[in-house]
Amino acid sequence: MSTESMSKRPAFLDNLGKVYFLYTLGFLAFFAIMAVFERLGGSAQAIGIGFLLFTIGIYAVIGWLSRTAEVDAYYVAGREVPALYNGMATAADWMSGASFVALAGGVYFGGYPYLGYIVGWTGGYVLVNSLMAPYLRKFGCYTVPDFIGTRYGGNTARLMAVIILVAASFTYVTAQINATGTIAAQTLGVPFEVGVWLGLLGIFICSMLGGMRGVTWTQVAQYIVLIIAYLVPIIWMSNKQGFGIIPHFSYGEGVFRIAELQAQYGLNPPAQPIAGLSVLTTPQNTPGDVMNSWKMVSLAICMMAGTASLPHILMRYFTTPSVRSARRSVGWSLLFIFLLYFSAPALATLTKLQLLDPNLATSIIGKPFADVANLEWIKHWASVGMLAVQDQNADGILQLNEFFMRPDIVVLATPEIAGLPFVISGLVAAGGLAAAMSTADGLLLAIANALSHDLYYKIIDPSASTKRRLTVARILLLFIGAAGALVASLKLTGILGAVAWAFDFACSGLFFPLVLGIWWKRANTAGAIAGMVGGFVSGSLYLYLVFNKIMDPWWGIDDIRFGIIGMAVSVVAMVVVSLMTKEPSKEVQAMVDEVRVPSGKTILSSGH
Amino acid sequence: MPADTKASRQMHWVKTRNLTYIILALWVLFGIILPWFAGSLNAYTFMGFPLGYYFCVQGSLIAFVALIWIQNWRQDAIDDEFGVGEE
Repeated sequence: MSTESMSKRPAFLDNLGKVYFLYTLGFLAFFAIMAVFERLGGSAQAIGIGFLLFTIGIYAVIGWLSRTAEVDAYYVAGREVPALYNGMATAADWMSGASFVALAGGVYFGGYPYLGYIVGWTGGYVLVNSLMAPYLRKFGCYTVPDFIGTRYGGNTARLMAVIILVAASFTYVTAQINATGTIAAQTLGVPFEVGVWLGLLGIFICSMLGGMRGVTWTQVAQYIVLIIAYLVPIIWMSNKQGFGIIPHFSYGEGVFRIAELQAQYGLNPPAQPIAGLSVLTTPQNTPGDVMNSWKMVSLAICMMAGTASLPHILMRYFTTPSVRSARRSVGWSLLFIFLLYFSAPALATLTKLQLLDPNLATSIIGKPFADVANLEWIKHWASVGMLAVQDQNADGILQLNEFFMRPDIVVLATPEIAGLPFVISGLVAAGGLAAAMSTADGLLLAIANALSHDLYYKIIDPSASTKRRLTVARILLLFIGAAGALVASLKLTGILGAVAWAFDFACSGLFFPLVLGIWWKRANTAGAIAGMVGGFVSGSLYLYLVFNKIMDPWWGIDDIRFGIIGMAVSVVAMVVVSLMTKEPSKEVQAMVDEVRVPSGKTILSSGH
Repeated sequence: MPADTKASRQMHWVKTRNLTYIILALWVLFGIILPWFAGSLNAYTFMGFPLGYYFCVQGSLIAFVALIWIQNWRQDAIDDEFGVGEE
């Protein structure tokens, strides 16, 4: 690391608290200005555009200020991110468009089995903390394949890890670019395809110049926006419905009320389904049979193991100054993530009540059809094909199974459903955009870094200069981003589905090779390759067969849970092959011992 | 500060490992067992929630946060005990 950067950085690092506090105040002030603007007659669209431009403008400034020409800064933010801020950055990196936009909708429509996402996407951090993060930090790697390649040795293992990383992260990033595009298109009033490319532009601004350093400091800013944007509407609605200031601990009776209302209206499939839109047919909360329990738990297991194997998350813990601060920052991460995740079911419950409960002015079910079809928000979302009301039994009353909605829009539409001012919709759009952009940044960087560091530098051209390495990294970033946007504009899957696949890919191929690399000295190269290939290929094959309906799922393991199959094959293959082949060399075993000691030098040196 | 001998490293690892096993056992309880039996737990009510539902949307999440902070607190103590806890 050059002395110039050493002398320049601390000033900013010492004042992080002040900088982000002022930023938060600035954002709240902007929110207040927009609220006044609305009172003065500002249109919903102008407010939405204001929020988008303001927030993206700030991210761009941070991205510009974080520009760098150093390898350590580009790959691991110079390993100087304090635990608290790394926690915020990880939370933004983690909470994607799926968490922000789609999760509450999934819970709204999916009921108990979908709660597997809630448990899985938080419980995974216990695994990250106890099995992975401190040891990978001690290792001193730049990327996750860097660990695999050094621990197991040989280019085959490294290459296999790169392939799985790309498959998982690319699946994930298309969903995020899709979400970015949806929000940009909605707010700016441009076609979806244009929105996708505009969103990509914003993503590049954060990541191109500063690499991991730029992404880190924009992600902290994005976390602040997204958590404010998620909590404000919930708290607002809660007060309107009389659940108190913080609804999280008191919406229990809402769950019982919904059960009553569901019994009253009946949960029936629609007379004529509409493609792409859902009606509510799953009860809010009835676990009960073994199959339901298995569905919930198998989903949770895939998401937890996937959390602990997704490279864009693990690499965030490479940026802290020490092993201890890496662990501490996992604690902060989950705390910040928890704030959103324990709010999502509250949001789903309150929104459902808004629509169903005849005691609330906003309810629509059981109301005269003509009145409902004339509501502003119904017309708005119906005009873009995200929602539909059809009086299919022609009784002039809107029944529960005549109200169709895309699960993905529950969060975005909630402010309008609850009759909140436009300024809240603008805030939520800015939050959703922050969530999707921050995750897309992390993912694109994970892919581009693995390709530039592991494939290009470690395998193809080990003599490349620093300048060349970073140039390659940036060019790859451009190409991968463009490819992601291209795929996203094809709209292949819903947001939540594609994200679940990414977790399944990651845990199928990487979970056991990573865990056993630290926790089982006997694990060797042949075993790791068998584990990666076996898990990834069997998981992908199972996904292909089940998704295309070539075979029926086994014991309810459908396309979003294929990680169960992949992980089972992976662990068996890895253990069996490891035991059948020679144990790793003394040096490798000593390296594993060294990784388990938190203090001292990292295994891989800086700039490696 | 004890000497950084092979034996002391071995002890450090044994303690680290045992702590990890305890944390993982609790993780299985809150992440898998309680959500599995949510149906039976729903017979009880907690803070106005059906108990099984409560664990899936809040209780287990709080437990996860607590597990990480508790593990880090204990792990810091172990690291310091063996003189490998430098910041």
